[in-house]
Amino acid sequence: MGKIFSLIKKDFLLELRQQYSFYGLLLYGASTLFLLFMALESPEANVWNGLFWITQLFICINAVAKAFLQESKGRMLYYYTLNHPTSFILAKLLYNGILMMVMSAISLFFFLLLMGNPIDKMGAFIGMVFLGGFSLSLVFGFLAAIAARAQQNAAVMAILGFPVIIPQVILLMRLSSTAFSPLLNIPTPTILLLLALDALVILLAVILFPFLWKD
Amino acid sequence: MLGPVPRLPLLQETIRNLYFHVCMWFAMMILFTISVVHAVRYLRTLQPKFDRSSRLYAGTGILFGLLGYGTGAIWASFTWADPNIPLIDSFSTIARDPKLIGAAVALLVYAAYMVLRDSINDIDKRARISAVYNIFAFVLLFPAIWILPRILPSLHPGNEGNPALDVKNDISSSMRIVFYPAVLGWTLLGVWITQLKIRLQKLEDKKFES
Repeated sequence: MGKIFSLIKKDFLLELRQQYSFYGLLLYGASTLFLLFMALESPEANVWNGLFWITQLFICINAVAKAFLQESKGRMLYYYTLNHPTSFILAKLLYNGILMMVMSAISLFFFLLLMGNPIDKMGAFIGMVFLGGFSLSLVFGFLAAIAARAQQNAAVMAILGFPVIIPQVILLMRLSSTAFSPLLNIPTPTILLLLALDALVILLAVILFPFLWKD
Repeated sequence: MLGPVPRLPLLQETIRNLYFHVCMWFAMMILFTISVVHAVRYLRTLQPKFDRSSRLYAGTGILFGLLGYGTGAIWASFTWADPNIPLIDSFSTIARDPKLIGAAVALLVYAAYMVLRDSINDIDKRARISAVYNIFAFVLLFPAIWILPRILPSLHPGNEGNPALDVKNDISSSMRIVFYPAVLGWTLLGVWITQLKIRLQKLEDKKFES
């Protein structure tokens, strides 16, 4: 447990010292949004919802890709001598989850600012955004580990990830579409299903990562 | 094949597609499952023969998936689509059906698996990484294929509002006599094709080594 925290702390320190990557991510999100802002004016609720999640997907790929791709071969070897693979992958996934939740919150703010506000249940929608950001980052976090081991770039991650993430994105879009209308209730089974999928991804990552890790 | 079939509204004689379309999906799922089992066995033993089987079963699975998609599309062009409009024009509405989404996801996942395999040069690394992806993707595929169609509305037989192709209630016993052996037959055909490919691959690997 202590090891996980110190690994997460190390990632935060790296982020603080190399701030360019975080600002790069912000700029990526901002310019994507500005492009959407130019393309459409005040979209309808379902278009808004679709665009929001697609933007989250692309931000997530860029945010998570560097988690593994930035680690050099020597540094991986150093971690290998110090840590158990389980604590390493858990630390990475948690750190990515937190990073992606921050990014989701920021992009939600800019979406509301530029694309108008069609949301009826704001509190619930913010909760869904955090849940969604976390779910996306878990799947892509593990795929980033695969892509990094295959010495590939973020493009391969997208190829591997998009088919796998489709069910989760469909669930998220259906869930969040209920926040736009005052008449619809939030379906609890869908939330539970998403949480169960998150648990499944974490479990798979813990089981499978040791095989990726050794050379 | 030509035996008596129940007259269900909307389906009528097209119900005979059950012998091909449904069995091909069964065969695809079984072949992908065999592929994953081999991937797990590879990670446990690190013997290259399991990796070879895993890859070739996935390849045959993709073939059966494409055949299932094709037979489904021909069927849909008679039942869902307006026969006066070419199928191409109504495809975007048909492909929205959750069962088709699940099927498309399965095919995309295994296509990505093939791309990932071919992008790695080192043989051991390729085997290990693609086995890991195979297992990861397969386990996440379950929600796509079994959960999503149950929570999204669908036109596909097997749901409310349309004649349900519930194997127990809706197809007659004379159809079941053909259906069960057909599932077995298509699956074994897939296994046989893969066995031939595995033997061929084994010989090629031997030639490459010597």
